[in-house]
Amino acid sequence: MRLLLRRAAFYLFTAWAAITINFFLPRMLKGDPVSAYLQKNQGKVSPEAADALRTLFGLDTGKSLAGQYLDYWKLLFSGDLGRSFSHGLAPVADVIASALPWTVGLVGIATVLSFVLGTTLGTLVGWFRGGRGDVIVPVATFFSAVPYFWMGLIAIAVFATGLGWFPASHAYGKGTTPEFSAQFIGEVIAHGTLPALTVVLASLGGWVLGMRNMMITVLDEDYVTVAQAKGLSRRRVVFAYAARNAVLPQLSSFALALGFIVGGTLVMELVFSYPGVGKLLLDATNAKDYPLMQGLFLVITLTVLVANLLADVAYAALDPRTRQGEV
Amino acid sequence: MNGDPVLSVSGLSVTYDVDPPVRAVRDVSLTVGQGEVLGLAGESGCGKSTLAYAVQRLLKPPAQITAGQVVLHGTPGAAGGDDVDLTTLSPAEMDRLRWDQVAMVFQGAMNSLNPVLTIGAQLADVFARHRPGMRRAERTETCGALLDMVGVGADRLRSYPHELSGGMRQRVMIAMALALRPRLLIMDEPTTALDVLVQREILQEISRLREELGFSVVFITHDLPLLLEISHRIAVMKGGQVVEVGTASQIYHDAQHEYTKRLLGSFPSLTGERGDFVRKGAAV
Amino acid sequence: MFTNRKSITGLVILGLFALLAALADVIAPFGPLEKDYTALKQPPSATHWLGTTHLGEDIFSQIAYGTRGVLLVGLTAGVLATLVAVIVGVSAGFLPGWRGESLSALSNVFLVLPAIPLMIIVASQYDDPSLFLISAVLAITGWAWGARVLRAQTMSLRSRDFVQAARANGEPLWRIITVEMLPNLTAVIASSFVGTVTAAVLGLTTLAFIGVIPITNLNWGTILYWAQQNGAFPEFWWWYVPAGLAIALLGAALSLISFGIDEYVNPRLRSAGERARSRRRLQKKRTKRSPV
Repeated sequence: MRLLLRRAAFYLFTAWAAITINFFLPRMLKGDPVSAYLQKNQGKVSPEAADALRTLFGLDTGKSLAGQYLDYWKLLFSGDLGRSFSHGLAPVADVIASALPWTVGLVGIATVLSFVLGTTLGTLVGWFRGGRGDVIVPVATFFSAVPYFWMGLIAIAVFATGLGWFPASHAYGKGTTPEFSAQFIGEVIAHGTLPALTVVLASLGGWVLGMRNMMITVLDEDYVTVAQAKGLSRRRVVFAYAARNAVLPQLSSFALALGFIVGGTLVMELVFSYPGVGKLLLDATNAKDYPLMQGLFLVITLTVLVANLLADVAYAALDPRTRQGEV
Repeated sequence: MNGDPVLSVSGLSVTYDVDPPVRAVRDVSLTVGQGEVLGLAGESGCGKSTLAYAVQRLLKPPAQITAGQVVLHGTPGAAGGDDVDLTTLSPAEMDRLRWDQVAMVFQGAMNSLNPVLTIGAQLADVFARHRPGMRRAERTETCGALLDMVGVGADRLRSYPHELSGGMRQRVMIAMALALRPRLLIMDEPTTALDVLVQREILQEISRLREELGFSVVFITHDLPLLLEISHRIAVMKGGQVVEVGTASQIYHDAQHEYTKRLLGSFPSLTGERGDFVRKGAAV
Repeated sequence: MFTNRKSITGLVILGLFALLAALADVIAPFGPLEKDYTALKQPPSATHWLGTTHLGEDIFSQIAYGTRGVLLVGLTAGVLATLVAVIVGVSAGFLPGWRGESLSALSNVFLVLPAIPLMIIVASQYDDPSLFLISAVLAITGWAWGARVLRAQTMSLRSRDFVQAARANGEPLWRIITVEMLPNLTAVIASSFVGTVTAAVLGLTTLAFIGVIPITNLNWGTILYWAQQNGAFPEFWWWYVPAGLAIALLGAALSLISFGIDEYVNPRLRSAGERARSRRRLQKKRTKRSPV
């Protein structure tokens, strides 16, 4: 429990740090496109929206930095992230909200799938160390070095354009409106398969190798020998004794890798024109839509933090030693 | 202690298949009688642990048994009479005999218990595997009784290994080894990592249990004076070979081999002549 | 740690890439942006080993020259990041109390911040970033992992006897760190360096592919960017496949080196190989007295 509280405190601190960095980010950026925009579109921007933008971007030079900082926090707590230039001044929060579920769904499913598959495969390869399974090591090494987006491109070329098995882009067919119907869900699955598959394949190698190495390390532990001496079934020894222990460091590195995974998936969204936050960020960057960029950075960071926290909870659940003060 | 042996090892050799090969055990022959305590003494690296592992077929590559037999006598239900050569069994057959007939208490209980399972779970899976007919409630009760028997207490069933002290963990290992009432218990330096008071308690516990349950013990240690106290017979090993076997009294008073004499003489005493030592034994 | 099979394979591949970068002028038959309007979008042939782009540029030459950008940025970023990681990580592990804790918190924060969004935002600010600047941006997002590992290692070394002895002797702090501890940390530092270079290479090519890094910096990612912008998909495979393969190959080479170091550091991995060979020999000579 104490450890979880400590982790929670850490995450709160990191969240604060991220928000503060976000506060300073536009003030560090060159030029002042926001003022220029405001001047150009004076009639179209409502007074509250203009105020919000000024607070977010430090344009209210009347106030001290500390005052601006406080205003910024107030704004965030009211859920106002400003207005998006490239989306007709729609609230940034809304724009992000419509894109976030796609990313979370895709990344979430693909990553968890990849982790589970990779860990299981790694367990088996590690257990049969030295057997024919070891051929997977160079294969997995190569695949783990392949950039996500390139694999996505190849996948499109081969499976979408070449074989025509899957659609090449977007989350659902053009002209279809999102709704809770079987047809829509079917389209989502069809469109989502290739991106998900790409993420799974590209990250599988890393998990396999990591788990294999951990299994090999754990299999030399005394308690595994004792389990074998007790005449326990091989399945019990592999899973309850070896893998249960080997998976713990893997879970830690999973948590750490989340930030990186999210990053890679973002680029993949570009390749597949998948309407998630990654594509949104890239479009915003090209359009110099600063409010949207700022809001996206915040949301992405906070999402990664939450995912990290969840991974930590899972770790604490699996490792009884964490429940007692310091590990 | 009556005359029928429980275990007969003849001509056993174990080699580590590395470059150059290491002959860890050379042509070793030993017997263990029923209800007997056989001490196995020797310095580190003499092959005593390798021998213990070989007898139970727990060796991992690159170690392999290259010659010899390990015969377990009086095994109930064994094909071809009551004697079973453990080296010829299939892995499945061996697994069935494990823990049931021959069990081991490992060196250093620090790492011998699975850190992510409760003590109760680790005791129970022995029964789940070897006594499939047992029901859950009965298993829990038996495990609790085992912990009571070794002085750890049934209330510790739900504890994790890191919550117990070193001495308690070693007791749990002993309880676990005795779970199926094996006929032979092999103990590899079971008290070396513990402080002397706890050591004494554990030894007394083992002694008591042995009298109660009647199993044989192979006690492996480098501590020869300890063996003189607790064993019936002692085998001295050096360089993979057994250099001398005798009753404790014979070894103490009338050691034949040079090495045995040197070993005896290397445990200094605080009083008396050089080469003397003053551990008063009771079991000799 | 550099003599086992995995490391050597990785180092050889890395060496080949380094040669390619250094000798690009000699090896590449054409300049990277040299246009040949008579040979547009050609598949691989004798003159153009990897074919041409839509402007008749030789793709093999582009890859060869692109290696420079990749290696330079990768190595620079690796060096910068590792430097910061060593300073922060070792200090965090060694300094007691709030100083160590706050350094640790600092590296944890950077660890959790998602790198690519940050890089996108920062890199998009500059119109023509120098190689050094790009490397710096990559380093800022990549140092934290190494710092964390080094902190853990330093903490375990700190309580070791020889360090205690040095402190009892009154050795000054800087000497303890540099003379006693750093030599024991070389394997971890090497592994962290390799990991950071890998991440930097991937980050660079990703940013170039997106178009956030201007095309004046030629690297494999830039090639893919042009490929995508100019309709290379899916037919003109020779345009986009080699660049990606090159990235994967370099990444694999770096990973192999990293594994080699791992096997050196973790003897259980090393002996797993020996055991495997022994087991295979065993299975070949099954006798009546079946070994274990």
